[in-house]
Amino acid sequence: MSVRHALLALLSEGPKYGLQLRQEFESVTGEIWPLNIGQVYTTLQRLERDGLIESDQPEQEGPQKGFRITESGSEELSAWLSTPPDMTSPPRDELVIKVLSALRVPGVNVHDLIQIHRRYLVELMQQWTHLKEDEADFDLQFALVVDAELFRLDAVVRWLDTADGRFKRAALEPPAQPAMPRLARRLVVRR
Amino acid sequence: MSFLELRQVSKSYGEEATEVHALCDIDLSVALGSLVAVMGPSGSGKSTLLTIAGSLEEPTSGEVLIDGAPLQAMSRNDKARLRRRTIGYVFQDFNLLAGLTAVENVSLPLELDGLSARKANTAGMTALEKLGLADRATHYPDELSGGERQRVAIARAIVGERHLLLADEPSGALDSTNSEAVMRMILSACKEGIAAVVVTHDAQLASWADRVVFLRDGRVVDQTVPPPSPESLLEPSPQPSKR
Repeated sequence: MSVRHALLALLSEGPKYGLQLRQEFESVTGEIWPLNIGQVYTTLQRLERDGLIESDQPEQEGPQKGFRITESGSEELSAWLSTPPDMTSPPRDELVIKVLSALRVPGVNVHDLIQIHRRYLVELMQQWTHLKEDEADFDLQFALVVDAELFRLDAVVRWLDTADGRFKRAALEPPAQPAMPRLARRLVVRR
Repeated sequence: MSFLELRQVSKSYGEEATEVHALCDIDLSVALGSLVAVMGPSGSGKSTLLTIAGSLEEPTSGEVLIDGAPLQAMSRNDKARLRRRTIGYVFQDFNLLAGLTAVENVSLPLELDGLSARKANTAGMTALEKLGLADRATHYPDELSGGERQRVAIARAIVGERHLLLADEPSGALDSTNSEAVMRMILSACKEGIAAVVVTHDAQLASWADRVVFLRDGRVVDQTVPPPSPESLLEPSPQPSKR
């Protein structure tokens, strides 16, 4: 989460004070990401130093100091919004590594291992879903944050389900050739 | 007390060399007011479990009790009455009758149970109103969207004095917004005192349940523990419990 760009986005609506920015940041992230006031001021100082925001009272410090976005700040914000985050190379996902490692460890039942992780993820999803139950408290920003978390966890559960199915099939028909070299080659080409 | 209880339920198809064990020694109990999800891949026995719980199929061994009464001891007529009065079913493909309007589909089980057409219609309208579908009552299924059809199916499953709702992939054909609406409706029926079982392979759907039971190769292999308060999500770095 880029606090820097989130603050620029809030300032694109008009000039604001530090304390106000913190409250609005927490509000737009559905209060899922609490923000330390110190973090707000440090980020604001850096944004000011980089010329992306400016203040009417450069000499004043503290909660009453107001900020507004500069032209280069607006350009930076616009460029950030439309730049897709780097999702090209596979992340070193700890769970993927655990499941791959389990294949090499004698005596580990990979289906049972997958189930331990699946249960944990579903329990976590139950917690997130409970947050959705009371629709009255469920505003748009909060809904988007909770949905994002649920879809992220759901993707991991689906991967575990697929892995479970693949292991089951592989036990019945072991593959003639390991597939990893081909994948590694393709990833090298892409990089 | 459990409203639905499965005790050591097993189900096999075929004989000897060709015998397939669809379910093995399933224990499951669901109380009124609670929603249980049964999660598992295709072929894990989820749908068989649901049809046995709903008295549509007999177990090979074991016992199913509904409101304390063993199904085994019931006559065919008693079971049919139980299905008309007590149990509501929701299927992935809605199973609405194309020649009947929404309200006729909803009130049909009550009419089949001997209620007058007028009373059944009133109850049907009440169920549709609860699900926000009163203005679609006289529409035929092909005039309704997928989400609306599934809401009609849920209304049919909860109409009258139903106490047990059994749903098989209730949102399989719906987008995520409509799926969420369907689960909200099932949850709200539970809060009004119905016991519900939803079988699904979808973790997002299952996560609406109070308890998730995991099925693999016809056996219950695991279940979630009651989740801690959602507020704990707002604390830094929740860690998995080691069990």
